[in-house]
Amino acid sequence: MIINNLKKIRSTISAAICFYLLVSSVASLAQQNFDDVEINVLHVQGNIYMLVGEGGNITLQAGDQGVLLVDTMYAPLSDKVFAAIRTISDKPITYILNTHGHPDHIGGNANLAMMGSNIAGGNTIDLFAGTGEQAKIVAHENVVTNILAQDNPIPIEGWPTDTYYTAKKDLFFNGEAIMIIHQPNAHTDGDSLIFFRRSDVISTGDIFTTTGYPFIDAANGGTLQGILNALNNVLDMAVPADRQENGTMIIPGHGRLTDEADVLDYRDMLTIIRDRIAYRVDQGDSLSQVKATEPTFDYDVRYGADSGFWTTEQFVEAIYNELSAQ
Amino acid sequence: MKKFNHSKFCLLLILVIALPAQAQIDLSGEWAAVFHEDSDERRPGPEMVEYQGIPITEAARRRALSWSPSLLTLPEHQCKPHPSDYGSRGPSNMRIWKEINSESQQLIAYHTRIRWQAPERTIWMDGRDHPPEYAAHTWQGFSTGHWEGSILVVRTTHLKQGWARRNGVPRSDLAEFTEHFFRHDNIMTQVVIVNDPVYLTEPFIRTNNWRIDLTQQIPPYLCETVTEIDRPQGEVPHYLPGQNPFLREHAERYNLPMDGVLGGAETMYPSFVE
Repeated sequence: MIINNLKKIRSTISAAICFYLLVSSVASLAQQNFDDVEINVLHVQGNIYMLVGEGGNITLQAGDQGVLLVDTMYAPLSDKVFAAIRTISDKPITYILNTHGHPDHIGGNANLAMMGSNIAGGNTIDLFAGTGEQAKIVAHENVVTNILAQDNPIPIEGWPTDTYYTAKKDLFFNGEAIMIIHQPNAHTDGDSLIFFRRSDVISTGDIFTTTGYPFIDAANGGTLQGILNALNNVLDMAVPADRQENGTMIIPGHGRLTDEADVLDYRDMLTIIRDRIAYRVDQGDSLSQVKATEPTFDYDVRYGADSGFWTTEQFVEAIYNELSAQ
Repeated sequence: MKKFNHSKFCLLLILVIALPAQAQIDLSGEWAAVFHEDSDERRPGPEMVEYQGIPITEAARRRALSWSPSLLTLPEHQCKPHPSDYGSRGPSNMRIWKEINSESQQLIAYHTRIRWQAPERTIWMDGRDHPPEYAAHTWQGFSTGHWEGSILVVRTTHLKQGWARRNGVPRSDLAEFTEHFFRHDNIMTQVVIVNDPVYLTEPFIRTNNWRIDLTQQIPPYLCETVTEIDRPQGEVPHYLPGQNPFLREHAERYNLPMDGVLGGAETMYPSFVE
């Protein structure tokens, strides 16, 4: 019992340190010069575009009703992001959907929401001043909790205006059904997958990246098993076209455009790493013994990191803590 | 004053104009794969833990040792075609055809289609750039070609993660490769040079050959996935470290040393055998 409690305490402290390092690195990035950052636009398919710059990828849906964004990168990039949006559409930004609450994905919420507007109707027009004068910001309600936990939270104008607490929330915008699907305890406890059904595109947030091992934000309820569950959900939702390619396109939180086959490789890798560590935990190995077996060695050159806010060592430690607490 | 010789000038002009056509040998046609090289690996397929001759890293070796063929029973893995750096190794009867600009008659691209899983590939010949790094990766990658004399040289980037040998030896999605296509009458040779910063310590070089076949008909290839084994969601077949049951099978069958079958750059060279 005492050992389990100690493990939980260590796990919590470790996760809190990781989250602090993430927020600190984001804070230092905020002081960085973003002058050289370019926002590149890639048409994915249908109404969907991917905006790539510094921070999390932005998914953009454009149509007659307006512009919908999934995530907003860092605040200092908002003018460049807005300029990139204007190369695609001259309609107002009407919706911002957040995949989770980390600053590299929601930093531009306030700026971009204030540049937009939404159509207010019914009782809301008379009840709230300013209704309709900015874009709606939609996220799982735990995103608000995550923001509140941050030392330097984004301005309140960038907080979600429309939260959901159920398994999913639906939207119909620009002639397209959009499913916002909560993924419990994955990268954080507030993750949403965004599925554009007509365009056949899924935006994953940091549940899936092509640039490194996933950051398991245990301080905010993140778990590897939740990430694996979410990746398996993506595989269930995605349907590849001929020769196991294209079909449903998948925009990761960071990195390049992908499809089901890329998510599959990532899911396979994380499952294999989990199984290796789980086997050692079942054998009664300590964390240092598990580390000595180098359970990620064959993937480290591609996905590992020796420095930065999320190292391979921290990744292994987070999985060990999660599995040994079960 | 010496009289200007119109006929010689015209002949010279014709020769100069004809030079590119002479240098750029047409590769179009139906090509039957010739399996005289590496036949055992290419047709029945390699055995488990048969990595010799590949300059793999230790990471690639460990990953290959954890690979289970049962992975291919998962529906999402069943219809994957060979990536373009490996496609020529399998049942690779191939059609090559040209895409020509109807106005300028310039060569825009070569297209290829290979029999197994029927992957179609485009080799752009119009000087276009490769896509940015954030663009999608595909099984065939993005290929551009140019002529070096009569040799077609092709560079391919944007590959999906694939395999260096179809027994689990990985090739990463950061790899790129260069090909040289030579045609000698009815025989075509392809030299493939793969560079992988993740799983290779040196360039991995292979050659493949085809013979022109005027009667060849490549049939349609349909692939539909099926649930072969009813597994729990998310189960991924693999071997835990040290538990690959086939570790010594190939080495013992052919009386080969383990450090040979486990591959690595040194196993590519005759000095290793000596």
